[in-house]
Amino acid sequence: MTTPTTWRPRLADGTAPVLAVLAVLLVALAFTGPAYSEPTGYLALLKRAAPLVLLAIGQYFVIVSGGFDLSVGSLVTAEVVIAARLIDGQESATGWVIVLLLGFGLLVGLVNGLVTTKLLVPSFIVTLGMLLILDGAVFLWTGGAPRGALSPSFRVFGRGGVDLPVLGHLPWSVVILLVVLVAAVLFMRGGTGRTLVAVGDNEKAVRLAGGRVDRLKVLAFMLSGLLAALAAILLGGFAGVSAQVGQGLEFRAITAVVLGGVLLGGGRGSVVAAAAGALTLEALFSLLNLLGVSGALESAVQGVIIIAAVAYAALGVNTRLRLRRRAGTPEPAPRQ
Amino acid sequence: MSVVQQKIEVARGATGGRSRRFTFTPTVTVYLALVALLVVGSVLVGVQGGVLLDQGGILNILTRSTVLGLVAVGQTIVIVAGSLDLSVAYLVGLCSLVAAETMAGSDGMMVPGVLLALGVAAVVGLVNGLVVTVLKVNAFIATLGVALILRGYLEENYTGPAGSVPRAFQHLGFDRIGPVPVGVLLMLLVAAAAWWYLRRTRGGYHTYAVGGDVDVARLSGVRTGRTIVIAHVLCAVAAGLAGVFLASRLGSGAPYVGTDAGYDLESIAAVVLGGAALAGGRGGVVGTIGGVLILATLDTIFDDLAVDPFFKDVVRGVVLIVAVALYARRKVSRRSA
Amino acid sequence: MTAGGEVVVRLTGITKSFLGVPVLRGVDLELRAGEVHALMGENGAGKSTLLKVLAGVHRPDSGQVEVAGRPVVFSTPREAQEAGIAIIHQEFTLLEHRTVAENVYLGREPVRRGQVDRRKMEADTKELLDWLGEDGIDPAAPVSGLSVARKQVVEIVKALSTDAKVLAMDEPTAALADQEVELLYDLVDRLRARGIAILYVSHRMREVFDLSRRITVLKDGAFVTTAPTAELTSDQLVRHMVGRSLDALYPDRATEAELGDVRLALRGAGNDRVRGVTFELRSGEVVGIAGLQGSGRSAIARAIWGVEPFTTGTLELDGVPRRVTDPRAAVRLGIGYVTEDRKGEGLALRQSIRDNALLVRRAALPGSRGRKRSDLTALLESVAVVARGEHQEVRYLSGGNQQKVVLAKWLAVGPRVLVVDEPTRGIDVGAKQAVHRLLRELARTGVAVLMISSELPELIGMSDRILVVHEGAIAGELPAGASEEAVMGLATGHGIGEVA
Repeated sequence: MTTPTTWRPRLADGTAPVLAVLAVLLVALAFTGPAYSEPTGYLALLKRAAPLVLLAIGQYFVIVSGGFDLSVGSLVTAEVVIAARLIDGQESATGWVIVLLLGFGLLVGLVNGLVTTKLLVPSFIVTLGMLLILDGAVFLWTGGAPRGALSPSFRVFGRGGVDLPVLGHLPWSVVILLVVLVAAVLFMRGGTGRTLVAVGDNEKAVRLAGGRVDRLKVLAFMLSGLLAALAAILLGGFAGVSAQVGQGLEFRAITAVVLGGVLLGGGRGSVVAAAAGALTLEALFSLLNLLGVSGALESAVQGVIIIAAVAYAALGVNTRLRLRRRAGTPEPAPRQ
Repeated sequence: MSVVQQKIEVARGATGGRSRRFTFTPTVTVYLALVALLVVGSVLVGVQGGVLLDQGGILNILTRSTVLGLVAVGQTIVIVAGSLDLSVAYLVGLCSLVAAETMAGSDGMMVPGVLLALGVAAVVGLVNGLVVTVLKVNAFIATLGVALILRGYLEENYTGPAGSVPRAFQHLGFDRIGPVPVGVLLMLLVAAAAWWYLRRTRGGYHTYAVGGDVDVARLSGVRTGRTIVIAHVLCAVAAGLAGVFLASRLGSGAPYVGTDAGYDLESIAAVVLGGAALAGGRGGVVGTIGGVLILATLDTIFDDLAVDPFFKDVVRGVVLIVAVALYARRKVSRRSA
Repeated sequence: MTAGGEVVVRLTGITKSFLGVPVLRGVDLELRAGEVHALMGENGAGKSTLLKVLAGVHRPDSGQVEVAGRPVVFSTPREAQEAGIAIIHQEFTLLEHRTVAENVYLGREPVRRGQVDRRKMEADTKELLDWLGEDGIDPAAPVSGLSVARKQVVEIVKALSTDAKVLAMDEPTAALADQEVELLYDLVDRLRARGIAILYVSHRMREVFDLSRRITVLKDGAFVTTAPTAELTSDQLVRHMVGRSLDALYPDRATEAELGDVRLALRGAGNDRVRGVTFELRSGEVVGIAGLQGSGRSAIARAIWGVEPFTTGTLELDGVPRRVTDPRAAVRLGIGYVTEDRKGEGLALRQSIRDNALLVRRAALPGSRGRKRSDLTALLESVAVVARGEHQEVRYLSGGNQQKVVLAKWLAVGPRVLVVDEPTRGIDVGAKQAVHRLLRELARTGVAVLMISSELPELIGMSDRILVVHEGAIAGELPAGASEEAVMGLATGHGIGEVA
């Protein structure tokens, strides 16, 4: 390189805006809700947000590699319904059912990935088909309504927590969330993660560079399936068994990812931003709730936000470029 | 030209020229599949002692096709333009309400009710189109956002059916001209109009161009923004018509009549089943109608066979994936040939 | 020598900035009816921007555009079209799934009674095709079935159908084989004879000297000169473009001492595109492959790389027979390939320079805890990428710098064999030299380089030996410094026996 590079901590493109919005929302929460005057309020928020954040992280892998996963909402429902039916209140079944659930998530992801890569069907269609299949199959199997019940130990993941000296009560779901997030960040910083993003940008270039594009894409779908299973375990514990538990979650997860500035179609965006997008969405709903906005308007607000976020990203590029160039060419301008 | 090049030209001419007209285009394939499905279905139903294709059966298939057909025809236009509309399901519900509430049982309000419903649809389509073109928001997100906004409006203001249509208006939903239901005629009329628009008018040519390659279209002087906006408005109006038709059939407006039937994803499925590329630039109304008929026929067969309704979803999912996989396969083999 | 014909377009003092960066600083240009006017300059000199100003894509910040003596302001491409200005862009602007006629009249479809008049459209297209002497193209056939050369003809017909008085061609030969270039020359001649003013943008010296009557040179967005072609030598032209004279055009060839053992050996290799390919490639050697487009020269390269593998014969690497079934296998054996389609196959454009440079290593050799960050920086320095930093996205780089990143991507894995396909296509003179030097330095470190190029001077200037491919087989081998005639003789299948 002819210009020296200075090293500074960098945020991936699009991360900063969502973090700023999140910060504003968190401060706003502190002003509106008495519960948010102490850390527990925020921990409760994190706990509530955990399933969506997990789904968003999973969806991120698929979107950044150039795909879509519309099947996660149905998958969550399926997982919860399966869990209730198989456990049927028995404590002893909890262990193997959880293993089975995670395996099922991976399997659904594997099928999504294989059909997308080997049969060359656009992932939008594959996962749409999978959505129909899961919806139908689960209710075919349960005969129309969820049956059975979850065991208390199963529900611990979504409800319980651990008491720590300084932090107080730390919900398990928050622990799981943090572990997954750290793992995801490490994965995305490594060679495989970077290559996954490159696949979303130019699949052919990666293939011709000797990369195993199909494997990477399948991996993304499997991670999405796995995280959907994990989200289902948390949701089942938190919200209980119902046939609607996963409804609309796929679109909510996609909203979160897009809110995080991740480019639909792949090739750009960070996993932290996607997770922050999910948290932002949840914080916003909490705020609206506190402000007494009816639940029905939640979706309308979600609709406005998702459009605004993408419009900002699409229209903002030129503006941001202009600012950067003004700041002088040799030195990279501070990322915003 | 060298010998090699001439050979290449000849070889290319063979695949790209005249012979292409006799190959199985997706449109031909989808109707062959429909015929095959009808045959297999007739046999299966016949084994159980029923008849699939008697007058009632045919009527059943056509009636089932009406609403999905209306929505899918509109969806075809946006998909050909390289866009997508996920807001149609809520829009169908909204328009059924607008129509029924405006009419409020009065004969004199029939025309204003229909016009208002279609007007509302056109405005929603316009919003979709403008968000996509002016705010440069990806169509998936734009129309999902609009869908969520519509949903919020519906959830805030309605808990169940509202409004009522006059008896006279129910003729639209239940009358027949000869053996054919009026609704089916309406759907076919809309399909014909959409076909004419896409295949015969400049707007249609430009729709294909924009979907094929938006930069090429722009460089060639096509007003790309306007083309996309028009596609969205037409799609929304078609969905609005579906809502009006449903109001006539149900006697009132129903907020979730569109979402319960999953018309958003279902219509996209029908369009893709009909051979359109999700990426845009390819496909057509004729194929879409074939896709709609296949889905309706599947439903009818399953009903005749008294199959568990949830099984239908499973089969639909499989059919969708398999169909698109077959199209993809064909494309690959042609490329390597 | 004065150019005949009246002035159809005159640009004076055109300036244009993007985001505060001046791209054009006071450019003058004059086009006369019936002249071919070449526009030259390095990448980034502002040629494309000037074309886009002419085409109504960009509005100039200041300066005047006159058409037929009247000042005009174009705010859309359509307005430029209506004024008789047509542009043939570098990339094809055709819709693959639409017919020839639909493409030609895209945006201007004739309408009769509310419907597109398909018959008239096809008849008019046919007429234009006939006028150009291209009656082999069916107006009703889809474009996807046409050869590259024919697509270009359709592109030209599309431009002409607007009743263009001015035709601007941006690198029209970039995608054409040598013989197709001849056809284009012919076409340009016919257009000129019919009084059309042609603005011809090209990097290729020979075309410019063959075709143009006058040359305008831009450098860094500024107007340098307009001069009759006959009064310029290629040295002078290069000096105008780069502002200095390029003394030694090509680096020194390998000496016998620098040549090592046989790295790559093909024996009787073939697939459905090529047959009986036999040659050896020694370490330290740059071997050129010449041939017409479609002759199989790229097919050989892509087979070595495993994209469309050999099905017969053997491939030996350092004396060991290997089976290369896909690019991954090739990469892991130490075979690199610099593709001719830089943007489509070579780079992930939205990723950083760093991520692209590491792409091969991460994709094909995961787990290799390779170089440290400073090593990568050194590597990027060695290929002399000019950028704001390693984290700049490669899409913001010039073609030449992008190509250097592609090279760095392969250098990062230390290949034993590097196949380069059209390594300097579409990049400017300065970057070209840098790439040439890099390839030669690479060879000096023991890499065996196989180079494909349509530009004969480059191929001859760079290669230690030249293999000529004709109709899917190697027609012969020529020593360093062979004449262009000798290469063309073998490549066209006429000259076998003429040269030893």
